[in-house]
Amino acid sequence: MPSDFFIPDPEGQVPNVEGYFGAFGGKFIPEALVAAVDEVAVEYDKAKHDPEFARELDDLLVNYTGRPSALTEVPRFAAQAGGARVFLKREDLNHTGSHKINNVLGQALLTKRMGKTRVIAETGAGQHGVATATACALFGLDCTIYMGEIDTQRQALNVARMRMLGAEVIAVKSGSRTLKDAINEAFRDWVANVDRTHYLFGTVAGPHPFPAMVRDFHRVIGVEARRQILERAGRLPDAAIACVGGGSNAIGLFHAFIPDASVRLIGCEPAGHGVETGEHAATLTAGEPGILHGSRSYVLQDDEGQITEPYSISAGLDYPGIGPEHSYLKDSGRGEYRAVTDDAAMQALRLLSRTEGIIPAIESAHALAGALEVGKELGKDGLIIVNLSGRGDKDMDTAARYFGLYEEGADAEVPADAADTAEIEGDAR
Amino acid sequence: MSGNIQLLSDTLAAAKAEDRSALIAYLPAGFPTVDGGIAAVKAALEGGADVVEVGLPHSDPVLDGPVIQTADDIALRGGVRIADVMRTVREAHAATGKPILVMTYWNPIDRYGVERFTAELAEAGGAGCILPDLPVQESALWREHADKHGLATVFVVAPSSRDERLAEITAAGSGFVYAASLMGVTGTRASVGAQAHELVGRTRATGTDLPVCVGLGVSNAEQAAEVAGFADGVIVGSAFVKGMLDAPDDAAGVEAVRALAGELAKGVRRKA
Repeated sequence: MPSDFFIPDPEGQVPNVEGYFGAFGGKFIPEALVAAVDEVAVEYDKAKHDPEFARELDDLLVNYTGRPSALTEVPRFAAQAGGARVFLKREDLNHTGSHKINNVLGQALLTKRMGKTRVIAETGAGQHGVATATACALFGLDCTIYMGEIDTQRQALNVARMRMLGAEVIAVKSGSRTLKDAINEAFRDWVANVDRTHYLFGTVAGPHPFPAMVRDFHRVIGVEARRQILERAGRLPDAAIACVGGGSNAIGLFHAFIPDASVRLIGCEPAGHGVETGEHAATLTAGEPGILHGSRSYVLQDDEGQITEPYSISAGLDYPGIGPEHSYLKDSGRGEYRAVTDDAAMQALRLLSRTEGIIPAIESAHALAGALEVGKELGKDGLIIVNLSGRGDKDMDTAARYFGLYEEGADAEVPADAADTAEIEGDAR
Repeated sequence: MSGNIQLLSDTLAAAKAEDRSALIAYLPAGFPTVDGGIAAVKAALEGGADVVEVGLPHSDPVLDGPVIQTADDIALRGGVRIADVMRTVREAHAATGKPILVMTYWNPIDRYGVERFTAELAEAGGAGCILPDLPVQESALWREHADKHGLATVFVVAPSSRDERLAEITAAGSGFVYAASLMGVTGTRASVGAQAHELVGRTRATGTDLPVCVGLGVSNAEQAAEVAGFADGVIVGSAFVKGMLDAPDDAAGVEAVRALAGELAKGVRRKA
């Protein structure tokens, strides 16, 4: 019986057998990890063709995660987006509060098949860490999560969630103390403990087969969204929009639409304080091809190949690399990537909260800000799907500080009515 | 101008002819300063090291433990550039006549340009490179340019390497084979286990003529003597760097390097 929710890429032409999406991808790893990474590739290939694996994963995706996720039309938000129709793919409604659980459950099943008893993972915003800690609790696996020290502070709620679930959370103090450094530390752990440990990588980057495997586990997002929009709007969207850090929720939404040439695939990168300030994490906008964390892709780096420190208000997008398939989509012209500032994302976060009663993650708010721009470009006949990759609970402290919500009388100062467009669109903090 | 791959091979062969292991030291360029780093490399060679690997510091040293991460960080904050690494190689080789390798991650070379990097390293008198995150399958372009410029390509093998991979790696590599004594990142360890001995045996069983040198975890003369009992070379890195980090000033750091090299040089001649 074909699977309804685990729907790996049926084409299988990219990546090629060496893991290359055109010029990007590959496997730049130390010899000590070659055997383990090869084992993941072999086991994933076996699992992909095993109906029992698909049955087990489908069961989890339906009865544990809650798939399919809803597609919600947001007309009051869309009124600020040039009148285009906007639908949100509600990955925020998945168990654990983001899309990350799709990939985590797949890799956790794989971990069991490989006979490994310990899982390590990196996390930025904490969403992947929470999803991983959740799956480890469910399957009885030991769990260690690496998280940059700065991120443990700005996403403290998720640190507490991971610890509640029984995971060990290690605050990484090296480098920029964010996602990149958490990945470095997880790789160091993996090299030393590879015998019993699976590195449950959280995005579509890393060495082959991770970019293709993680994509396959998230492919369900776009497959569902495509079916739902055809039912609801009677046609394909003009644009599918998602935020891009490492790129997993974006590739999950985009992939099923790649053959539909009329659907623009638009990734929104974090411009931080503005690309021109140098304080950003807009890898495809401002980076150059290079090697980071096991594959060739666009990378933020200097002229001698040192990785430059990224910045974004969003911990989940604060990463100087990007999955190789996005680099491939960019260079082939199939994907479009634009940069969204902290301020634009925060305004979009507040707008969605106040017009639709949905508080998005700051990561996802970058895609919402992109939708406001694209909607105006398309006009009132436009039709847009935005991947609402995660919920904003974890970001309340950041948002409260940004908007001054902890201050006495803040409720009076902040405009309560979304009709106050100028305020929402144009104000500073 | 051709690089010094032959000098590297001759040096390792000479140690073998003396019925001892070679001592190979690792020191990062630009640490604590570019000139201080050059002084440390010279001190290691004068103190008794046969070969030095000069580290080209990288922002994301995923295979290094805290000691070398700290040194890399100091070097990068000091503004070390690839030109400084080349000067370190040139001056150390010119002063001692001994073979100098560069050890780094792949991205700095990829970004700098493989042809430009290999040409400049050969011109500086370098003997080759160790690139631990460039596996043999991704190494064709590098090897083409390294071969053209007379530079060795030293691959790392690990306890987890299967025999068929050991055969591929020894067939593609040159200079020597770097056998990682254990599964882990760089750093000193209390003991160097039986894994290293077994890995050296499996590597030699491929039929390779390349010397097999053991690194990761070796920090003192006793361990050096133990490894010298079964390997063609003993590679020591973090212990040198730690000596420099712990020294009260830069001059004392250089003397600590010289003293440790002397102690280890005795170790590789003793054999446990």
